[in-house]
Amino acid sequence: MLMIDCPWCGRRDQSEFSCKGEAHIARPVDPFALSDKEWGDYIYTRSNPKGEHAERWLHSQGCRRWFNALRNTVSDEFIVTYKPGEARPDTSAAASAEVSP
Amino acid sequence: MSQRYRLAGAGRVDRSSPLSFEFNGKQYQGYRGDTLSSALLANGVHLIGRSFKYHRPRGIMASGWEDPNAQVQLESGGHTLPNTQATVTELYPHLRATSQNCWPSVEHDVGAVNSALSRFFVAGFYYKTFKWPRKAWEPLYERVIRRAAGMGKAPAEEDPDRYEHQYAHCEVLVVGGGVAGLAAARAAADSGVRVMLLDEQNEYGGALLGSSGESIDGMDALDWVASTVAALRENPKVTLLTRTQASGYYDYNYLVATERVTDHVGPQPTADQPRQRLWKIRAQQVVLACGAIERPQVFADNDRPGILLASAIRHYQHRYGVLPGKALVVLTNNDSAYHTAIDAAAAGVHATVVDVRPAEDIGAADRARKAGVVVLENSAITGVDYRVKRGIRSVAVHRLSPDGESLVGGAMHIDCDLIGTSGGWSPTVHLHTQARGKLHWLDEHLCYVPAQLGGNSNPRRSAGGCNGALGLAEALAQGHAAGSDAARDCGATTASVSAPAAQSNDFTLGKIRPLWVLPCEHPVGMGKKKHFHEYQNDATVADVQLAHREGFSSIEHLKRYTNTGRGTDQGKLTNVNGIALMAQARRQNVPDVGFTTFRPPYTPLAFGAVIGQNTHDTFIPARPTAMHPWHVEHGAVFEDVGDWKRPWYFPHSGESMHDAVQRECKAVRASVGVLDASTLGKIDISGPDAVRLLEMVYTNAWQKLAIGQCRYGVMCNEHGMVFDDGVTTRLGEQHFHMTTTSGGAARVLEWLEEWLQTEWPDWQVFCTSVTEQWAVVSLNGPRARDVLAKLTDIDLDEESFGFMRMREGQVAGVEARIFRISFTGDLAYEINVPARYGRYVWEQVMEAGAEFDITPYGTEAMHVLRAERGFIITGQDTDGTVTPMDLDMDWIVSKKKPDCLGKRSWTRSDTAREGRKQLVGLLTQDPEEVLPEGAHIVSKVLPKPPMEMLGHVTSSYYSPNAVHNGSTGRSIAMALLKDGFARLGDTVDLALIDGRHVRAKVVKPNFLEEAGDA
Repeated sequence: MLMIDCPWCGRRDQSEFSCKGEAHIARPVDPFALSDKEWGDYIYTRSNPKGEHAERWLHSQGCRRWFNALRNTVSDEFIVTYKPGEARPDTSAAASAEVSP
Repeated sequence: MSQRYRLAGAGRVDRSSPLSFEFNGKQYQGYRGDTLSSALLANGVHLIGRSFKYHRPRGIMASGWEDPNAQVQLESGGHTLPNTQATVTELYPHLRATSQNCWPSVEHDVGAVNSALSRFFVAGFYYKTFKWPRKAWEPLYERVIRRAAGMGKAPAEEDPDRYEHQYAHCEVLVVGGGVAGLAAARAAADSGVRVMLLDEQNEYGGALLGSSGESIDGMDALDWVASTVAALRENPKVTLLTRTQASGYYDYNYLVATERVTDHVGPQPTADQPRQRLWKIRAQQVVLACGAIERPQVFADNDRPGILLASAIRHYQHRYGVLPGKALVVLTNNDSAYHTAIDAAAAGVHATVVDVRPAEDIGAADRARKAGVVVLENSAITGVDYRVKRGIRSVAVHRLSPDGESLVGGAMHIDCDLIGTSGGWSPTVHLHTQARGKLHWLDEHLCYVPAQLGGNSNPRRSAGGCNGALGLAEALAQGHAAGSDAARDCGATTASVSAPAAQSNDFTLGKIRPLWVLPCEHPVGMGKKKHFHEYQNDATVADVQLAHREGFSSIEHLKRYTNTGRGTDQGKLTNVNGIALMAQARRQNVPDVGFTTFRPPYTPLAFGAVIGQNTHDTFIPARPTAMHPWHVEHGAVFEDVGDWKRPWYFPHSGESMHDAVQRECKAVRASVGVLDASTLGKIDISGPDAVRLLEMVYTNAWQKLAIGQCRYGVMCNEHGMVFDDGVTTRLGEQHFHMTTTSGGAARVLEWLEEWLQTEWPDWQVFCTSVTEQWAVVSLNGPRARDVLAKLTDIDLDEESFGFMRMREGQVAGVEARIFRISFTGDLAYEINVPARYGRYVWEQVMEAGAEFDITPYGTEAMHVLRAERGFIITGQDTDGTVTPMDLDMDWIVSKKKPDCLGKRSWTRSDTAREGRKQLVGLLTQDPEEVLPEGAHIVSKVLPKPPMEMLGHVTSSYYSPNAVHNGSTGRSIAMALLKDGFARLGDTVDLALIDGRHVRAKVVKPNFLEEAGDA
């Protein structure tokens, strides 16, 4: 059972949240400017990374607000959570800082 | 003689409190403080049950959860608990237990013939034998195998006991109340953090309870335990739980533990305490102090009742005052087992140690010999003379060749009735590995220990036996360090208390010898004697070798092929033996063959504990409407819709469901009916961008909707598929009242919020669920206006209150919103009042309607009535693959709007193609034939499937109002049919599941002659 840091409420139990799939997939501004293939990619194609994954989460049994999270799909660890509209945090710098003595 | 193996004056049982109990129908005596196994051993009962596959006699091997075979069926009826471990079942007055897996009795077991046939019952036997014919599996093979290879029997009656769940949080959770755990808890508690200490036993002390002669901080070790526990008990920030087994370790330090609250007092159906309590604990830091489990040696016929772990014999002696034999032989490859022989000799038992090691490797021999123990070096037990009735009579002992793989000289026979065995110790690393911990093989101790931790989401430490520290001083030091480090990592200032100091003269392993299987006169697996490396599932060394020969040499394959480490055993006792034997077969080192995954639960969990209080009325929340009590009083039969309780139909006395539904449907069309529509999802939408939101989520246009006007709308997802529908009304310039399906309310609110929060955060719209705030009385039928007119002074005539309009005013003196919308196609008013007045207004409507014979109707009639007019139910007539166009609802799609959710998808090649399934009506040739919902429409009926499927029936009813040959009453149906619109007027074939074949005409789904309001 995971602990998830809701950027609006703080750390809460996983049972209060729902996972809502991959984050940072913006709705095209003009859907009719897209080919069938491009529109199909928007509604169907998702990445499935081993490791760090940006996801949307909803604090469904809490504040009912949406947010984004970077989660490691192997270890299930939440690396960071952040509000909608914020850029995906760059974790490469933090990671390399950790290993340097 | 009663309790002839009870030692005078020894043990921690209460001699002033004798208890009688029953095992296999026979009465025995024990004492309070005994377990079922210690009491049975005190009475000389070793034989407990029959083994899983070969039905070999099996007895008590251990003194804790690790025992593979001493499992009994406890009590009977609803209280019964199968596969109960005798070793951890505390004795209570009049306890009743029976053996498992034997018939007619444990002494005379018919299934033992399997043993004679063991040549055929090798590993993989079931996989190989019962593969075909497929038809024989369920009726024959499975039933026979389940009975023959069963364990206990599941209760047939309802469990009369209560169980509950409890959540807890702490900074430091310590699992295990032996010395390491106590030292850890004390160190953590001294620094002021909240500590929880769990122990599976009824008292603290762990392995110390089964030893003697140790002291800590200058006092007897058990006195130190008592004073430490007393100090912890006084600390209000410490929670002590005994009889509590942590069985699952999940991410982010979330552990599940079962507290056996009243198991030790026996069945007590009237007690106000639960039988068990499931704890769900979230800890910042975890200290695992779970101890270690002794490993048996693998030798010829090593499964006989009367063969125990060496440490278990010592445990029974010191903790319970039971020494279940008069002549003891201990077989060992390390020093720790010498304690058992020395302590037994001190109690007057003739004791011999058979040690597989050469003399120079044995560190404990001198002290043992001084205590009167016979020590035979470089030797092995090669046979056990055992009879079911008389138990063990003697063992055969041979000298070993230097490599330990063969025998030298002839057999020596030693009379004995009790055998202790030790092949080393296995740290209990189960919880550590459940927490994704890795393991490290310690070659000098022949065991796996927790590997160094990297960063992870389960901050924890292992200390004591489970960390490979078998000596008292080392365990104390590790426990103390782990407890204070854990507290420090929680941000506490660590107290400067020093670690407890042990004065111990205990042997630990010494120089352990890796002999994974001891030879006998015939090659392993070739003669009569069996070498079991795993007892619970009857897996032998020969099975490991067979698995290897047949290519199942991966450790995970071995586990499945031989069942090693499965069942309730979960690798506690024998996993390492199995791994080492496979390593030997593969000619590799032990750590090179890998390790199987331990999964929760560590010990079996009663289903009752898992369910807790979530049963019967508290299984799931029920949502009753404001009118619910009225429905109950008027005999409604209820249907669950989501969590809602909705009246399904209101039968008169003696009426069948069909009769009631037909009557209700007729009454609505003939006069007036009333439906409790309170469950309809309702969302209040307000703000400057409210219209903008509606324009995007609905397929039709909303800009020009006038205040007080209602409009039906359909919502699609981005795939262009319909997922909900409902009527939305404009209450003000920037204020709307949206309704959704009863089951879809939460989904729709979440859908609106998703777009507002993630895609259009700058739009100013508030969405508020008001489903619970409004009770809805839905009046339907030609006399609806007459009923309502009696209760309100709102002008109801067509000119001023037309269809798809909303008016506010009073109904029966209550402020109401009346919507003139219809789900039956007849004249209808949906009266919304504040929920607290729901029942009152309902009753007023019933009274006002009495003169028109007003009929309350339920969801079934509602379904029939809407189908008569071809109105869809999303989720029933649609399934996530249906566009508005497939529903023949082009009219709901705005051609002028530049965009709405799903719009782009309607022109995708697959959505726009020919040959899609479309919603049509079906009229069966036989008007009395009601099609089953889900029935398949096929292109051509064949004698048996497969047949080409053209579609399926989505809704089907018998309608009393549908027109047929000038009269009314016939079967009606709706269906999704390939190219349905082009087939209007055609006749199609349906292949029913009962083999019959039915024909039906494709029609527009409007089954009433005269059009109503819509």
